[in-house]
Amino acid sequence: MNPTGESNRSDPGPQSANASADVVPQRRAQQDPAWVRWFLTLAAVFVLTIFVVVPVIAVFYEAFSRGARVYFENLLDPDTRHAVLLTLTVAPCAVLFNLVFGVAAAWAIARFRFRGRTLLITMIDIPFSISPVVVGLMFVLLFGLGGFFGPWLRSHGIQILFSTPGLILATTFVTLPFVARELIPVMEAIGPDEELAALSLGANGRQIFWRITLPNIRWGLLYGVILCNARAMGEFGAVYVVSGHISGQTNTMPLHIEQLFQGFNSPGAFAVASVLTMLAVVTLLLKVFVERKARQTVLEAAKE
Amino acid sequence: MVNRRVLPGYRLSITFTLAYLSVLVLIPLAACLVTAGSLSWSQFVAAVWTPRARAAYSLTFGAAFAAATISTILGLLIAWVLVRYDFPLKRFFDSLVDLPFALPTAVAGLVFSTLYVPNGWFGQFLVPLGIEGAYSRLGIVIVLVFIGFPFVVRTVQPVLESLDKESEEASACLGASRWQTFRRILLPALYPALITGFALSFARALGEYGSVIFVSGNMPFRTEIAPVLIVAKLEEFNYVEATAMAVVLLSFSFVMLIVINLLERWSKLDR
Repeated sequence: MNPTGESNRSDPGPQSANASADVVPQRRAQQDPAWVRWFLTLAAVFVLTIFVVVPVIAVFYEAFSRGARVYFENLLDPDTRHAVLLTLTVAPCAVLFNLVFGVAAAWAIARFRFRGRTLLITMIDIPFSISPVVVGLMFVLLFGLGGFFGPWLRSHGIQILFSTPGLILATTFVTLPFVARELIPVMEAIGPDEELAALSLGANGRQIFWRITLPNIRWGLLYGVILCNARAMGEFGAVYVVSGHISGQTNTMPLHIEQLFQGFNSPGAFAVASVLTMLAVVTLLLKVFVERKARQTVLEAAKE
Repeated sequence: MVNRRVLPGYRLSITFTLAYLSVLVLIPLAACLVTAGSLSWSQFVAAVWTPRARAAYSLTFGAAFAAATISTILGLLIAWVLVRYDFPLKRFFDSLVDLPFALPTAVAGLVFSTLYVPNGWFGQFLVPLGIEGAYSRLGIVIVLVFIGFPFVVRTVQPVLESLDKESEEASACLGASRWQTFRRILLPALYPALITGFALSFARALGEYGSVIFVSGNMPFRTEIAPVLIVAKLEEFNYVEATAMAVVLLSFSFVMLIVINLLERWSKLDR
């Protein structure tokens, strides 16, 4: 019997609950009854299984439903190969641009105080909240034939829409916040002390960045790049609008999946989907690893 | 905190940041508003308020709201179990929560549409019961839950971890049942995180396109969401009407952006 149980006797509250509280040691105030734990754990595992585990298994099951030979034939199809190549061109470009942007924005926001700083942080979030289709539409309005820069671009023979530059632009827009959003809190947590020390010892800006800042933020940076890359490779809506879906020319992997699916080539669609799923799984593994490293750097900085 | 003259690179970094944002974000946004501005008010209303468009908005909002509500409940459940209980493969399930962030939405749409068709893995049990999870409104909600629940888990989890034991112990000492403690002590502390998670998944669901076109069937008036209608207008080269509808979606995006920002500030204050 524990004393808290005794003092409750006068309470007109739920008697049955008090009865069980008597048996539970005081230190376990946070502990739920066993049946609640079992029920909730099973429910959570069930939800994750239905929503995540089964779909991932289904992707590979469907991809191999006609046998391994058909699977590899589907992957080696020229249009599919082109889609893979295009995705591997567009995504790294978008990531690179947003990497440079993220570092610049994080340096400005985490190391200086200026008017409109909060507004700037909010502006970086804008791409997260706009529907990808609207993003694509905006680029069509700018670079399409009837668009603002359309006539000028055409007279100079520059193609942006329905070609790789348009895909890169749209993807860069959609993935713009990822690196900056990761870096700002990391740089704020680490603080400017080491950089200030370097400055007082006579280092110039470049030396400070390459020798102090970059080594400090490298894991946070990598984390942002991984997230950015995953989204860039999977981007659909914005790219769908600007690409014109020309098979073998402007189809990225997600667009190619849609085209195969519309053409009732389900095994083909799932074969491409299986590649993207593997990429997603690799992304997750990298993420777990890098996340741990990133947390360590911030904790170490906090200790010092 | 730091005097802007002390560390180098203020001018360079702020100039680059602003230039980049202007070219990539502000100019396209302006193009959208200018194009919509070429319409008179009555033309604008005629473009954005057709019966088909109204059906698309209400489906977009209804499905996003339903999905965000379900995501909030499932997200709280998963976050609670991951923070409070120990079970085999816990680490594995924890990292699975991030899969919807990493998996391209087209893949999600593709696989969900095949799981819930009448001869699919889930469909063979659900369709005889009258539950049509593919090419229906329910299908849209299911795939939006898949995309939305990680937002809730990842906003609730850190708050749940940082709650202090004392208030729970005090509540137990004062004779509250576990359920009373949860409802009166824990849930109020989680409200800011839950509402933020709800808002994040709602905002994401409002604009979602890639996964929905696979599962919905895209039938006008029945399963056509607003972004699909915009694309349909674009494919008819009806740029002005498409832009007008885009401006409607944009204004809701901005409202959500502001709401989320305020919510995040509120939850920070609360901690």
